[in-house]
Amino acid sequence: MKASTKASTLIKKYTMAIALVVVFIFFSVLTNGRLMYAQNISNLLLQNAYVLVMACGMLLCILTGGNVDLSVGATLCLVGAVAAQLMGQSSMGALPTILIAMLIAAVIGIWQGFWIGYIHVPPFIATLAGMFLFRGLGRVVLASKTVNIQNTVFLNTFISYIDVPGLDSKSFHPSALITGIAVSVLLTVLMLTNRAKRAKKNYEVESTATTFIKIGVIDALIIAYCWKLANYKGIPVMLLWILLVVLIFAFITIKTAFGRYFYAVGGNEKAAKLSGIDPRRVYFWAYFLMSVLAGFSGLLVAARIGSVDGNMGNSYEMDAIAACFIGGASAYGGSGTVSGIMIGAILLGVMNQGMSIYGLPDEWQYVVKGAVLLAAVIFDVVSNHKVGKQ
Amino acid sequence: MPDNILWMKNITKLYPGVRALDNVNLEVQRGEIHALVGENGAGKSTLMNVLSGTIPYGEYEGTILFNEEECQFKRIHDSEKLGIVIIHQELALIPELSIGENMFLGNERKGNLGIDWHETYNQAEKHLKEVGLQEKATTLIKDIGTGKQQLVEIAKALSKNVKLLILDEPTSSLNEEESKMLLDMLLQFKKQGMTSILISHKLSEVAYVADRITVLRDGATIETIENESHNIDESRIIRGMVGRELTSRFPSREHKVSPEIGMEVKNWSVCHPVYTEKCVVNNVSFHVHKGEIVGFSGLQGAGRTELAKSLFGKNYGSSISGQEFLNGQEVHLKTEREAIEHGLAYVTEDRKTNGLVLIDTIAKNTTMARLQKVCDKRGVIDVGMENHVAEKCRTALNIKTPTVQQLVGNLSGGNQQKVLLSKWMFADPDVLILDEPTRGIDVGAKYEIYCIMNDMAAQGKSVVMISSELPELLGMCDRIYVMNEGSLVAEMESAEATQEKIMAAILRSGKRSVPDEQKDA
Repeated sequence: MKASTKASTLIKKYTMAIALVVVFIFFSVLTNGRLMYAQNISNLLLQNAYVLVMACGMLLCILTGGNVDLSVGATLCLVGAVAAQLMGQSSMGALPTILIAMLIAAVIGIWQGFWIGYIHVPPFIATLAGMFLFRGLGRVVLASKTVNIQNTVFLNTFISYIDVPGLDSKSFHPSALITGIAVSVLLTVLMLTNRAKRAKKNYEVESTATTFIKIGVIDALIIAYCWKLANYKGIPVMLLWILLVVLIFAFITIKTAFGRYFYAVGGNEKAAKLSGIDPRRVYFWAYFLMSVLAGFSGLLVAARIGSVDGNMGNSYEMDAIAACFIGGASAYGGSGTVSGIMIGAILLGVMNQGMSIYGLPDEWQYVVKGAVLLAAVIFDVVSNHKVGKQ
Repeated sequence: MPDNILWMKNITKLYPGVRALDNVNLEVQRGEIHALVGENGAGKSTLMNVLSGTIPYGEYEGTILFNEEECQFKRIHDSEKLGIVIIHQELALIPELSIGENMFLGNERKGNLGIDWHETYNQAEKHLKEVGLQEKATTLIKDIGTGKQQLVEIAKALSKNVKLLILDEPTSSLNEEESKMLLDMLLQFKKQGMTSILISHKLSEVAYVADRITVLRDGATIETIENESHNIDESRIIRGMVGRELTSRFPSREHKVSPEIGMEVKNWSVCHPVYTEKCVVNNVSFHVHKGEIVGFSGLQGAGRTELAKSLFGKNYGSSISGQEFLNGQEVHLKTEREAIEHGLAYVTEDRKTNGLVLIDTIAKNTTMARLQKVCDKRGVIDVGMENHVAEKCRTALNIKTPTVQQLVGNLSGGNQQKVLLSKWMFADPDVLILDEPTRGIDVGAKYEIYCIMNDMAAQGKSVVMISSELPELLGMCDRIYVMNEGSLVAEMESAEATQEKIMAAILRSGKRSVPDEQKDA
């Protein structure tokens, strides 16, 4: 009895991670292992960089009460367009371009956050308006043309690979593997000291076996991933950017009071207000940070494609939203984690790539994605809200 | 052989890990008012859910006989067809629809083409008359107070041709006057031959109207007490509910009121946030000493909650004027955060909608009002410390759950209220305003809440208690203010106060009492 309940809570806790593993194995088999090629593994995250980055911001919006930001695809396009034009027409350097582009993203964030937070325009409508506004402005900036990006500093900042002269060769990049091993060692030490600290203060800790299994799995994954990277082109710089954003947002949501407020407002806005939390500020920051991340994704996508056109980022908002809901964020707000939505985003990415490699026609890819999203949300509603309701 | 309209035989309902009902028997005779009492979690609601078909046939064991026929209800509709209607504690009316539309929701009067609105409103007004409600059937639900909404629910039940009316805590959100009216109406219905089941925590009401009383405890029937003469001793019922005699319903305490004043308010006036010309609180002045418990009595809508919320960082109202002093210093609190930082706490009246984040853990709720206390300077939370302090609060307040990682939504009402209190105790205020701190919780939990209040007063904090239950004000407070229609109409030492004196002060203050239309918009 006890063992079975333990197993079932374990399964419940890691459902999405298990689903990810299952989907991954499924597509690996279906594609005769082609999904596991080093090149495909390496590209998996890069192709979905914008989803991973924007899902972090989208999580904050969804936390405030199931609200989404529909304008991020357009924001991404506008910021990318500005960057492309600054480097092209005005032949500006990479650094000032990036700064100005991010400044514009921040201004868009203030615009959205102000209307939603302080004037109480419903987020759906404010961001729907933003979607048209910024898409239109983006096309104005581009003069409805496709603008190429030739600035190599800009491109290298986002899409190059780390290459240590003398160590890395064309076919094998030991630097990636060394980094992977170093990171796993560091992580192991951190987790163990953290556990020891908690135990010392008499706080609750998980059993030794659980801790070691957890560490083992995580380390194995990191090293396996880095092994694949080493066999392709090494560590992509874009991966570092993604990690930076994800780690910052994971830290904010788990460890800071600022992050806790998003959960409180989404869980019960009135109670949060009466506890001295200002919901207006919380809404403002959610949409502000969302736009900043959308702008940053604009740079990533522009660099990866190498050009910007007026349709860039079309329906990207839906990918970010889908990643959040597949990753277990509640459609009613107040619950969801960065690690969860990362799994959601990667799950979407694996499906996309798996289906593409397999050669499933586009139209059927949509059908599958829709079905998975619905299934994930049904699962969430049935398993969680049934308990909460009573 | 008594004439049973309803006989629930050996009902057993299992939830995973919990035996919610254990061989419960309930016999209700035709034409009586039958009270069902028990502590929170005793199984009253579950039993009624079995009866109504909310828990369908097959998910419980046992038999239900209605009019001596066995019933197997699969959904609410089945039981309503036989005339069994439940009015739930949380009203199920839709605010944006009219009284008439609500009354026939799901049971629409059909004409040749769509709904026959004439018929709908005609019938609605007929039933409104039966419950003595003077409102037009076209009035929107949101425009009438909670008391009247309760009457609409009853009228709705009448429209369904009710044979057995079940009321779950019908008076929990009503003031004394409205409650009395409702109970008298039940007695009236009884004369006309209707049978009702009344679920209530308020034992005085039970004693007043019930003919027989069935006591549930821990999912089992304890006893059925006859109450033909309507003068049963409340402690007799309590004995059955808690399994022991509660010698005192209020904990005793040393009255150590300090001469120092903790909070003082002078000439405080507040206008309605939407209808700004309407004065909700009118020129109120009061003070609370350190170590003192001061009560605020009044009918619902007297402006007590509005007063408290406006003092708490202008959470409510517009054109607020007057002076507010904390520890002798005048303060100008513009936000809730400033209020908390100045040592003021407002423990909200409705824990579910205003007080707690039900989908969060006990730990997170506990630290919510003063998260900085478990953070470092950069705002990074020490989760270990958070759990640690929450655990301390849990033990101190005797919150009955194994871990502070439990979601608040899974707790019983009494335990939720304790989490709410621990949240504000953790904020470490000097002045606490408690708004209806014991509403809807059972006798045992009430006693514990009273003990916590006494502890806080003993620590030298100033405690303000807003309550609609006069006995608890009389039992707990040092001094009582009486409010009516936004003004203070009386102040009395509780030693010399009585229920009659308080009611008299309200009535003397004149004008007709306004029901709670002016509640938070």
